[in-house]
Parts: sequence; C-alpha cells; structure tokens
Amino acid sequence: MISLANPTRFLGLVEIVVPWLTALVVILLGAGLYLSFFVAPPDYQQGETVRIMYIHVPSAWLAMGIYAIIAIAALGTLIWRHPLADVAAKAAAPIGATFTFVVLVTGSLWGKPMWGTYWVWDARLTSLLVLFLLYLGLIALWQAIEEPGRAGRAAAILALVGAINLPIIKFSVDWWNTLHQPASVFRAGGPTIDPSLLTPLFVMAAAFVALFVLLHLIAMRAEILRRRVRALQQSQVEHAALAGA
Amino acid sequence: MPELGPHAAFIIAAYAVAFVAFGALTLFTVEDDRKQRRLLMEMERRGIRRRSATKPAAPSVKMAKPKAAKAPSKRGTPRPRKTRS
Repeated sequence: MISLANPTRFLGLVEIVVPWLTALVVILLGAGLYLSFFVAPPDYQQGETVRIMYIHVPSAWLAMGIYAIIAIAALGTLIWRHPLADVAAKAAAPIGATFTFVVLVTGSLWGKPMWGTYWVWDARLTSLLVLFLLYLGLIALWQAIEEPGRAGRAAAILALVGAINLPIIKFSVDWWNTLHQPASVFRAGGPTIDPSLLTPLFVMAAAFVALFVLLHLIAMRAEILRRRVRALQQSQVEHAALAGA
Repeated sequence: MPELGPHAAFIIAAYAVAFVAFGALTLFTVEDDRKQRRLLMEMERRGIRRRSATKPAAPSVKMAKPKAAKAPSKRGTPRPRKTRS
C-alpha cells in the first residue's frame, strides 16, 4: 500500500483499474436501476415516490463519506505533508459537491409531494446545505491560491474545521425536532425497511460508491498531471530567465 | 416502466437531475484528464521533460540469472559445513 503512495506507481495502478471499474459501474447502475423501477414494490405510505429514495439516500451517504475522506486527507496534508493526500482531497471536492447537490434537489422533489413543501429550515436540511457550501468553499479556495502547496494547507484547515458538520448532519434528526425522518437503515436494532426495498437501495449505493471511486481516480490522475505540467512550465520560465540574464 | 402514479413528474425530475449532474461531472472529469495528458505530451514532444523522466528506464522484466551462476541445489552435493573455531 505504501508503494502506491508514490505518484508514478499510483498512475500505473489507475491505468489498470479504470477499465475494470468502468465496467463495474455500468453493471451495478444497470442492475440498480432495473431493481429500483421494475422489481421494488411501492411503499405502503409513500407509494411510488419511494423510488426517489434509491438515488437520494446513497447520494447522502456519499456526500458525507466523501467529506470524511477529504478530512482524513487533510490530516495527511498537514501532518505528513504527503503530496497524494492533497491531490486526493482536491480531486474529491467537486465529486462530493455534486453528490450533495443531488441530495438537496432529489430531497426537495421528494419533499413536495410528501411534506407539501420543497424546503424547510430544519436541522437536517440546513446542515446538509452547509455541507454543500463547505464543498464550494473548498473548491473556491483551491482555485484562488495559485501555489498548490499553500492552497492545499489552507484547504486542509478549512476541511478539518468543516468536519464538525458531519456528526451534526448525522445526529441532527435525534438532537432536534425535525421534519426529516430519523435513520432507518444504519441504526441500532437494524434497518426498519423491508428487504424488498432495501436490496435495490444497497445495489444503487454500491453503484454510487463504484462511480465515486472511478471518478476520484481519474480526477486524481488529472491533478497529478496538472502539477507536472505546472512544474515543467515553471522550470521553462526559470531557464528562459537565466538564459536572458 | 411501471405506472409511477400521481407524482410521476417528481420521480422523473429527480432521476433526470441526478442523470444530468453525474453525466456532467463525468464529462468534466474525463475531459480535464484528457486535457492534462495532451498538455504533458505536447511538452514532452517539445523536449521538455521531468528530470526523472530523462533517466534511462529500468527494465520492466528482470533478466534471469545465467545458469552457470546458479547455486547448487540442496539435493546436490552438500556444501562444506562451517565449523566453529
């Protein structure tokens, strides 16, 4: 594992893994969509709108999970100053922002027919909106500071401060009186959802995890190459300056 | 496609938004990766290389040792034992 922390070895691994992961994503997404629309029955309370859950819930898990990965990578940047840690964090941010955007929009589209409103300033929804803003802040910070090392350290501090939001999102439904329902899958005492609805949910979750890993690896490769291009351009400028002097 | 009931528009809209968002993210990610590869290849074609890339490449497959240098097998003539002085 440690040898893979070398960027060149990592690029070699990505070259091998990406085609297999692409195939896995296509298979899992195909199976998940088939189960969601053609096998899963309608819910006894929500009716057909339960089908929104198959994209909303896995997106919510990924939105939080990706931020947790960024926070762990931030530790790697600040403590060990490992170049791949910063690359991993930067590459994950746009993916996490997209998953959070999907959670917010699909949640609103589920909320209108079920709650009678697209949005309420309830603790779960508000803390998830804060997560989305944190992702946007991180992306903006990386874009604003030109030198990757400085940008990485600044973003790592912001990421670690923002990590306090993760337990707030998770336990908001227990700590406050919210319109959003409490946890029904990962809870003490097991899931409260029937297996006929749970199986498509887990298959879609596996598809989304595979999609994240695939996009993250490609984005990390792009970021490593971007830094190599930048370093070469800088050395060219330095050579030209020395030759001119 | 099953009958999606009175809230079909919300269900279809949710899947459409997810499809467009993930599709756009995938296109952006893949295009960025291709762009960086193109840029790096362009620089290498112009002779601009990383210092580590100018070193002679290590062989990907290690050469087998010549048979003459092979140590005698355990089944063969035993090596003389070292005696403690």
